[in-house]
Amino acid sequence: MNAASILHPVLAVALAPLLPGVINRTKAFFAGRRGPPLLQAYFDLWKLFRKGATYSRTTTWIFRAGPIVNFACLLAALMVLPLGRVPAPLAFAGDFILLAYLLGLGRFFTVVAALDTGSSFEGMGASREVQFATFAEPALLVGLAALARQAQDLSLSAMYAGLSAAVWSQALPLLALVAAGFFVLYLSENCRMPVDDPNTHLELTMVHEVMVLDHGGVDFGFVQWAAAVKLWVLGALVVGLFPPGATGRPLADLAAGLAGLLVLAIATGAVESCLARVRLLRVPQLLVGAGVLCALGLLLTFR
Amino acid sequence: MTWTLVILPLLAAVAAVLIRSDRRRRALLVATAAGHFALTAICWIVPPDVAPGAWVGLDAAGRLFLGIASLLFLATAVYAAHSLGREAHGRQTEADTGSVFVNAPEAVFTACLLAFLSTMSLVAASRHLGVLWVAVEATTLATAPLIYFHRQPSSLEATWKYLLVCSVGIALALLGNFLLVVASAAADGSDGTLLVTELVARGADLRAPWLKAAFALLLVGYGTKMGLVPMHTWLPDAHSEAPSPVSALLSGALLNCAFLGILRAHSICAAAGLGDFSGGLLVAFGLATVAVAAAFLANAADYKRMLAYSSIEHMGLLALGAGLGGAALYGALLHAVNHSAVKAGLFLLAGNFLAAYRTKTIARVGGGIRRLPASGLLWLAGLFAIAGSPPFGTFASEFTILKEAFAPGRTAVGVVALAALAIAFAGMSKAFLGMALGRSPGDAPAEREAAASVWPALALLAVSLVLGFWIPSGLQAGLEHAARLLGGGTP
Amino acid sequence: MNNALDMLLVFLVLTDLVLLGSSRLRNAIRIAALQGLMLGLLPLLAHGHGFGWSAVLLGAGSALLKGFVFPSLLNRALRETNARREIEPLVGYVASLLIGMGALALSFGFGARLPLPWPAPSQWLVPAGLFTVWTGLFLIVARRKAITQVLGYVVLENGIFALGMVLVEAMPLLVELGVLLDVFVAVFVMGIIVFHINREFDHIDVDQLRALKEPAP
Repeated sequence: MNAASILHPVLAVALAPLLPGVINRTKAFFAGRRGPPLLQAYFDLWKLFRKGATYSRTTTWIFRAGPIVNFACLLAALMVLPLGRVPAPLAFAGDFILLAYLLGLGRFFTVVAALDTGSSFEGMGASREVQFATFAEPALLVGLAALARQAQDLSLSAMYAGLSAAVWSQALPLLALVAAGFFVLYLSENCRMPVDDPNTHLELTMVHEVMVLDHGGVDFGFVQWAAAVKLWVLGALVVGLFPPGATGRPLADLAAGLAGLLVLAIATGAVESCLARVRLLRVPQLLVGAGVLCALGLLLTFR
Repeated sequence: MTWTLVILPLLAAVAAVLIRSDRRRRALLVATAAGHFALTAICWIVPPDVAPGAWVGLDAAGRLFLGIASLLFLATAVYAAHSLGREAHGRQTEADTGSVFVNAPEAVFTACLLAFLSTMSLVAASRHLGVLWVAVEATTLATAPLIYFHRQPSSLEATWKYLLVCSVGIALALLGNFLLVVASAAADGSDGTLLVTELVARGADLRAPWLKAAFALLLVGYGTKMGLVPMHTWLPDAHSEAPSPVSALLSGALLNCAFLGILRAHSICAAAGLGDFSGGLLVAFGLATVAVAAAFLANAADYKRMLAYSSIEHMGLLALGAGLGGAALYGALLHAVNHSAVKAGLFLLAGNFLAAYRTKTIARVGGGIRRLPASGLLWLAGLFAIAGSPPFGTFASEFTILKEAFAPGRTAVGVVALAALAIAFAGMSKAFLGMALGRSPGDAPAEREAAASVWPALALLAVSLVLGFWIPSGLQAGLEHAARLLGGGTP
Repeated sequence: MNNALDMLLVFLVLTDLVLLGSSRLRNAIRIAALQGLMLGLLPLLAHGHGFGWSAVLLGAGSALLKGFVFPSLLNRALRETNARREIEPLVGYVASLLIGMGALALSFGFGARLPLPWPAPSQWLVPAGLFTVWTGLFLIVARRKAITQVLGYVVLENGIFALGMVLVEAMPLLVELGVLLDVFVAVFVMGIIVFHINREFDHIDVDQLRALKEPAP
């Protein structure tokens, strides 16, 4: 527990909207365009928070609670999330399960809020979200379990703290498998390219955007912000798997972690530029593939 | 000397592809068969020396199975040279299914037949389990084109099943070989071996758990090829769809080759003190095989399939005999000789029926004894021979096995086997009698049968008949030697 | 050195999983070819100390055969039969993958419990080999096309080859080469038969091959 650990959640909340900006700029670069400004997400949030919200008469409090609870869950998740070698403010045995369930709770409220509108369109999105989650959540837990076995510790911070270059050379296959699995999860959980196309907004194939169509104003602002934080959370899980090891200076570690996230965002933009969205029917296969990678990683820990 | 037995047919196979004239190629086939038989006979009279560490050499068991294969091949070659001339050229129609087909080129057929003889000789002469594996898989590959001689959908289906099921089965046997190496190696992984003599000599030094696993895999692998239940599914298809001479060789000679592989593995287990384990497995598989085959024999509709199921039944008896051990192993070896001779003869006769009646359906064949006097009579005699009734040699060999099965403490084994044999006899006699004596469909006059289509079958049945009265001292000694070599005894 | 071997074995398992989940025939053939090439490296990595010419020869022969000859044979069969490019499974891809995970766990469990008399070159050699054998069997049973069954046979053989690496010194080179030759001829003959199946039946789905059976009593 040090200054960097305290600083990380604050920075995460503040800097998360930067990630979509970086991704979009990268994609624009690949497409030969100039693209929106880096800070576009902040402008959007600023615009939305100044607006009032309109609620349909058919909706209940659940619809209003959805975005807030989701945002709160992600904030709580930041408290147990290490970034690179920077430990989380809170670390205890089994906190990785809490992380998985916080993400699950946020998802649950988003889905329920979508269903609350009574719109078949949003219901369809909710159904897809849950279908994909059925495959994605076990994969995440299995991957975290693999890391836990590898580190012989049940706390996220300890799992990530021990991943030095020496461990990498020794447990290369395991870490590579889990990293690959997590990267797929990172893409699908954040509705990035091979699963969902964040560019299209009224396509029938959308998942996340469909669920939040009825939210407006402040609520939608929180939805967008939460999406950016979620990108950060899952991105940190991926980035933390890579070397370098702890430098001993917390602030340097934090800077390294932030740089890692930046690289990840650029990589995401590059991947999105090269990939086409897969058919909806194939998405479960992709997620099962991610789960298989994580499970193979788990198996490799049984020596 | 031993290598000549392998290489001679192989050279002949190459020559068969090159020869243009059908007549010369058929002459080559018969000549090679005769030459091979002569060489085998010499091996029997003057057993060649085998260097202790040699991978290839003829011991008593190998000589026995080589003898069976060579004898059958000679009879079949004479028959095939005639029956190939009988095959129509161009498009033909299968009477049972109505499909139109052509034959594969005769040169390919002859070449594969000769290659088949070569690989079988190698199986018999292998003293190294790795070489044995290579040779057994090679027999599968050499015979697959033979089954697809009549290019029609049904034989294609049979070929595919045969090729795939047997290849996969044999692949498992390869795994068994690996485990055997592990069982025999020293603690640092060196010095593993697959030489049968070496493995037998190490005996109790082998690692028991690995040996057990290896035997189970070898049994499943070679058992697939031998047609043991439940890995037998391909066998009735392949043996019934192949041309009759090929069916005779597949049932009479090839199944024995796989049996030899199992016997070798069994002898290693026996030497390591695991004879009860391997024998128990063999008895279980053997009994299941006999019982299931009998159930199918009770209600056969197609006479070539019936003969194929009968082969499965007899393979079950062989496995049973080998598993019971002692005198029953001797009985199994004797039965292998008898069954091969009889079954090959019967398949050749079935070929005559097929040529005359143009159908394989039992119900549409009748009055064989009037239309094909010689074949019909032999067919009737064959019924008694295959059912194991005196005076045929099959009686003596089955009796030896069953006597051992009724030994105190395992009477149930004997009862099940005997009941299955009775059911099989009832089912087969219905079919055989109907075909030979029943009413003839239409009034076809008696046909003059060519000598080459009857004599091979007659000779083979005569072998079994003679063995029922008198076993030549040389064969007797060979059988006893082989039985002792494989871990059994003599009566 | 050992780490490279571990990576290779993990890749072997991954290629198996991709084979279970892949829906395109051409893709599957390519993956199997990759697997064959990797297996060619196995004798060298598994026995770094010996590095004898026999290991080199065996690896090169295997890589040549499984990496180049088989794929070209299978691709040729695919082209000539004009088969539909989809694999058309009897068991769906996701189900195959999940069953595969179960089999993988079993292989690892079995491999961990197997008391090898001497340490294997890598602790993952036996599980990876077993899983590859299983994958081959599964492809033969659960896929519909004759070509996929041939592919399954090749994969099965790959798995056995990998398992054989536990004892490469004990298995004489001549026998190994004989095994390779047999497998080669087997695939060759199978390829020809696939071609004939296509000609007779106008497709290569083996579930049409069911004319031969016992009549109902």
